[in-house]
Amino acid sequence: MHKSLIKAEFQVQRDDYKCIRCRVCERQCSFEVHSYDADADRMFEDEMKCVGCQRCVEYCPTRALTIQPHPSTIRPHGNWPYRAVKDICKQAETGGMLLSSTGDELGHRIYWDHLVLNASQVTNPSIDPLREPMELRTFIGRKPDQVDVRLVNGKPVLKTELPPQLTLETPMMFGAMSYGAISYNVCQSLARAATASGTMYNTGEGGLHRDFYQYGPNTIVQCASGRFGVHREYLNAGAAVEIKVGQGAKPGIGGHVPGEKVDKEISITRMIPVGTDALSPAPHHDIYSIEDLRQLIYALKEAVEYKKPVGVKIAAVHNAAAIASGIVRAGADFVTLDGLRGGTGAAPTRTRDSVGMPIELALAAVDQRLREEGIRNNASLIVAGGFRNSTDVVKAIALGADAVYIGTAALISLGCTVCQKCYTGKCPWGITTQDPYLTKRVNPEIGTQRLTNLLRAWSLEIKEILGGMGINAIESLRGNRLHLRAIGLNERELDVLGVMHAGE
Amino acid sequence: MHYRFEKDMSACGLTGFINRDRKRVDGEAIMSSICNMDERSNGQGGGFAAYGIYPEHKDDYAFHMLYTDIDAKEITEKYLDRHFLIIEDGELPTRKTAGIVDPPVIWRYFLNVDEEVLHMNACDEEDYVVEAVMYINAEIPGAFVMSSGKNMGAFKAVGFPGAVGRFYKLDEYKAWTWIAHGRFPTNTPGWWGGAHPFTLLDWSIVHNGEISSYGINKRYLEMFGYKATLMTDTEVTAYLFDMLLRRHKLSIEVATMAIAAPFWSQIDHLPDGERKALTALRQVYGSGLLNGPFAFILGHKDGMVGINDRIKLRPLVAAEQGNTLYVANEEAAIREIASPDRVWMPTAGEPVIANLKPEKDSIKEKTSCIKV
Repeated sequence: MHKSLIKAEFQVQRDDYKCIRCRVCERQCSFEVHSYDADADRMFEDEMKCVGCQRCVEYCPTRALTIQPHPSTIRPHGNWPYRAVKDICKQAETGGMLLSSTGDELGHRIYWDHLVLNASQVTNPSIDPLREPMELRTFIGRKPDQVDVRLVNGKPVLKTELPPQLTLETPMMFGAMSYGAISYNVCQSLARAATASGTMYNTGEGGLHRDFYQYGPNTIVQCASGRFGVHREYLNAGAAVEIKVGQGAKPGIGGHVPGEKVDKEISITRMIPVGTDALSPAPHHDIYSIEDLRQLIYALKEAVEYKKPVGVKIAAVHNAAAIASGIVRAGADFVTLDGLRGGTGAAPTRTRDSVGMPIELALAAVDQRLREEGIRNNASLIVAGGFRNSTDVVKAIALGADAVYIGTAALISLGCTVCQKCYTGKCPWGITTQDPYLTKRVNPEIGTQRLTNLLRAWSLEIKEILGGMGINAIESLRGNRLHLRAIGLNERELDVLGVMHAGE
Repeated sequence: MHYRFEKDMSACGLTGFINRDRKRVDGEAIMSSICNMDERSNGQGGGFAAYGIYPEHKDDYAFHMLYTDIDAKEITEKYLDRHFLIIEDGELPTRKTAGIVDPPVIWRYFLNVDEEVLHMNACDEEDYVVEAVMYINAEIPGAFVMSSGKNMGAFKAVGFPGAVGRFYKLDEYKAWTWIAHGRFPTNTPGWWGGAHPFTLLDWSIVHNGEISSYGINKRYLEMFGYKATLMTDTEVTAYLFDMLLRRHKLSIEVATMAIAAPFWSQIDHLPDGERKALTALRQVYGSGLLNGPFAFILGHKDGMVGINDRIKLRPLVAAEQGNTLYVANEEAAIREIASPDRVWMPTAGEPVIANLKPEKDSIKEKTSCIKV
């Protein structure tokens, strides 16, 4: 077999004057880039293996290392950037599908960056969140169109029983990431941070480890096509159930955890033998149409005795609006939409980068459609797919979301540098791996603190922006597209987003 | 048309009073009261609502119409004729007044709904009237329904409120509830229909402030068939009350708990029953929460309500003299026309509610109903 034609993507530069041969880089790099030759007392590096995760750079005590995109390049060509050439070489050498992780990296238009927010001047005062209450509390679940509250002896009394609701103290939750895709320590960090922040995390489709049942009130348990770890006790352990139909990073295909990642604990949690591939079927084989979905929704509602909201997650695909409407009518208490930029532990690259649509467009279309049909109150709308900061969240709520899931951003707070190698199971940051040597790199105490800090920081920023708009409750922003204006979008885009251009 | 703006932004002055015994007075007092606050308006709109003014037509819907041209009048009258029984119609009396220029055609109709038609359409009479008002405002260019309630009417124009009152000869009407408004718009040219009060059926509302939650309030009401044709937050407030009070049958006290909801920090510390009720109200009516600075007065067939936003970003004073309740932005506007026994400042989100004593004959009707 001849030499691979794939070039190194990263250049590893070592300042030999600074290097003290401590071999930290060698121990930290799970891709085995660095090695030490004792005879020569020299560090060597295999650049071909470097994924650019920066783990060695962070841990080098003398700052002797620099990792940067490899300067050696082919002749530039508009239609044939190196990315395209490299993919062809890879496939010519292996005959396989290309795999990758995280969300779309092609850079389809990020609409958040074309939307700007409003603030109060003169005619209404802005509100200072340091001095006035600013409310972010959010409820997820089906709301009736009206409620019967009567005054009895001057006190309001509720005469209508509301369907079950999740209470979130901030409109952000941790998105679905399964035990198996991420490590035990990361699951624990997410669960504890959700509990500390008064919000939810989502188990993903990998079941729920016994140790985490204690965080149940802050857990959304998922029921996906593989039914891994799904049993009555599991369904009742969480605060809500989410039927996963699709995922933004890979609409139309099921999840895949390779057998190498399935150790004893995961095997017990997922209820599959150790070492077997956990392959979720592409569809749910009991859902071939909307009436089947209705049956599953009500089967799950029966299982949780109608005490917990049951929702449905779909990927943002072309006719998401019509599908979402069907889902609401089928009885779902919430609909989760996952956009093109949503992350994944493993997905075919072509699917990840080209199937689905940005969450902004899907969200705008779904919210509008549900309103036109008069059923927007019947279900909450949760969106996911590459939320990077608090203003992305504010814009999503203004477009019509009740709450957002953050996944990749949560992992970044734990150290992830978005190197896109989760599918290898070798995550040098100890996040998307089951190798005990690596998983201990995430300390659940510190992880919990960092995740909690992130939610706190974003919540503070959301309050600041709300106050600037002269609004003191998040429900007054939800679906309030007048607080959004677009910059540099064409009329069709404005139409779909339902926002005016800046200056209008 | 250039007045089809997206949202009303205005400061303003408002005042109103109600005699709970249904003792009627002419429009002089309300004009003096609102003129005392001319400082708060800029001549871009003034208006009044009065209740009890048409005792001889108290069972008919009194439509006060504004027409920019005769064509609009013709189209509207064809529409009204097709959908209502026109009991009586004629020009709404006005007098030439300095400061009121270029008035549109102003017409008044007393209408009734044919039971037969309701039966055929299987709809509620008031919903039927609401639909007609929505249709005229949205679909007939140049026609605008100024008010559409029974035994009440709205009178509005571009100009200072005092001039508007003279123009409409309010000194010749007698009412038990009067509310008034002087406008100071910051983003819109004066337009007659854009002045306050906004009305629907017998709801009328005058408003001082800006609703920052307007964008979602409007989309929320659209889900229930309301068309916010004027694109103003005050109109949306009127529709919101119509939905909560008339359609959802909430009491005024409870409705105000939804639109100017207490904070979670207050709700969380209440006894179980109250906490549950207020939580449910916020969960279900969150999109109807009015957020942003406001003071408004709501008039309706049984009474009057004054209320502030949840952190009191606009002034509102209440006072009582005998069985008359006064509400205004400024105390001076009340003292101009009364020597109150009691004056107080309602706190943020706390409604001031006055209900009329039941009419004698309406009591009779009720009793006979129970016996049957």
